Amino acid sequence: MTVQLVTSFIASAAFSLLFNVPRKILAQCGFVGMLGWALYITLTDEGIDSVIATLAASFFVTLISQIFARMFKTPIIVFSVSGIIPLVPGGLAYDAMRLFVEGDYSLALQSAARALLISGTIAMGLIFSEVTNVFFKRPPLKRTPSGKPH
Amino acid sequence: MQRTEEQTAREERENDRIVEICLLAGKLMLQNGAETYRVEDTMTRMAAAFGAADAQSYVTPTGIWFSRGEDDPAKMARIYARSTDLRKVTLVNAISRQAAEGGLSLSEVQERLKEVEASKVAYPPWLQYLAAALSSGCFLMMFQGVWADFLPAMVAGGAGYAAAVTVHRFVPLKFFSEVLAAFLIGLIAMLFVRTGYGQQIDKIIIGSVMPLVPGLLITNAVRDLMAGHLVSGLSKGAEALLTAFAIGTGIAMVFSFF
Repeated sequence: MTVQLVTSFIASAAFSLLFNVPRKILAQCGFVGMLGWALYITLTDEGIDSVIATLAASFFVTLISQIFARMFKTPIIVFSVSGIIPLVPGGLAYDAMRLFVEGDYSLALQSAARALLISGTIAMGLIFSEVTNVFFKRPPLKRTPSGKPH
Repeated sequence: MQRTEEQTAREERENDRIVEICLLAGKLMLQNGAETYRVEDTMTRMAAAFGAADAQSYVTPTGIWFSRGEDDPAKMARIYARSTDLRKVTLVNAISRQAAEGGLSLSEVQERLKEVEASKVAYPPWLQYLAAALSSGCFLMMFQGVWADFLPAMVAGGAGYAAAVTVHRFVPLKFFSEVLAAFLIGLIAMLFVRTGYGQQIDKIIIGSVMPLVPGLLITNAVRDLMAGHLVSGLSKGAEALLTAFAIGTGIAMVFSFF
């Protein structure tokens, strides 16, 4: 577990470096990625299906990202991207591709369908989290004559 | 009070400048990987801060249209290349925040935006390649790899990312550079395993292609779709799919040739 926590932290932080995230919030990005991944592997270790685990993790990641976005006055995408990356079903997509190349189409389709399902689940997690975001949204733009939104 | 011609002309110039500045801000954000709805939001908020309360903006991944109001003509900016530089997005966001709070004058905003536009990427290339290598190794461990494969994954991941960046500089065709990078990753991984320095080729490859995975595009596509920007969401989704396809093609090439 320690290995998983450390590697997911480094992987997420290094990934946000690839996206040129400012230096002072690199560690926070790593932290978001680590929490999301920790939830994911805890759930899968408990025997919960990886689709459900992905849903929970991506929801969690977006939730933390929203809190961090407010705390550090930074666009939410900076945090959510680094958190989502570990959840992307790269392994399944790879399996599907390799099986296709080897001519095992029925097994390949199974993996591809599952990869697609998990990608969709990540999206669902983002959406659910967005709904909760409505509760503490930024004040709407006021169209007053002076034009200055508060 | 009667308006002199000079006053009207000055006002018009000022209005043109507001549009110009908002377009520049939008362009900077869009080029560097911000979500469409955020670009639109930033532009209208900025315009409102300078007195154009009815500003309209329409943003797609390849172009921006912006107008001060429904009766004013619209200006457009074409976006040719998109990359990911979240630092610039953060900076522009901070500038627009300050402007909306009334803390910056028009020329100050313009000056700062120009500064952001001219600034280089935050990290030198070697550091980025190193980060790609490091994250590849870490992803390998996250996907239940073995420590013996850590170094091979780092080499393959770093080389693959460096190849993607370098090739893209010479051949401005994203699909091509990604296929080539994935091919290189597959080749290096295979070499390591054949010579006995690597153990699980699958895990090495999966870890190494992670830096190429279009994670940002996927997240953005979903957020845009949800915010009602259907055109942007779908086209970003298509871009992500194309990248995934490119990676698959590159790796598949290795397996079918060797």
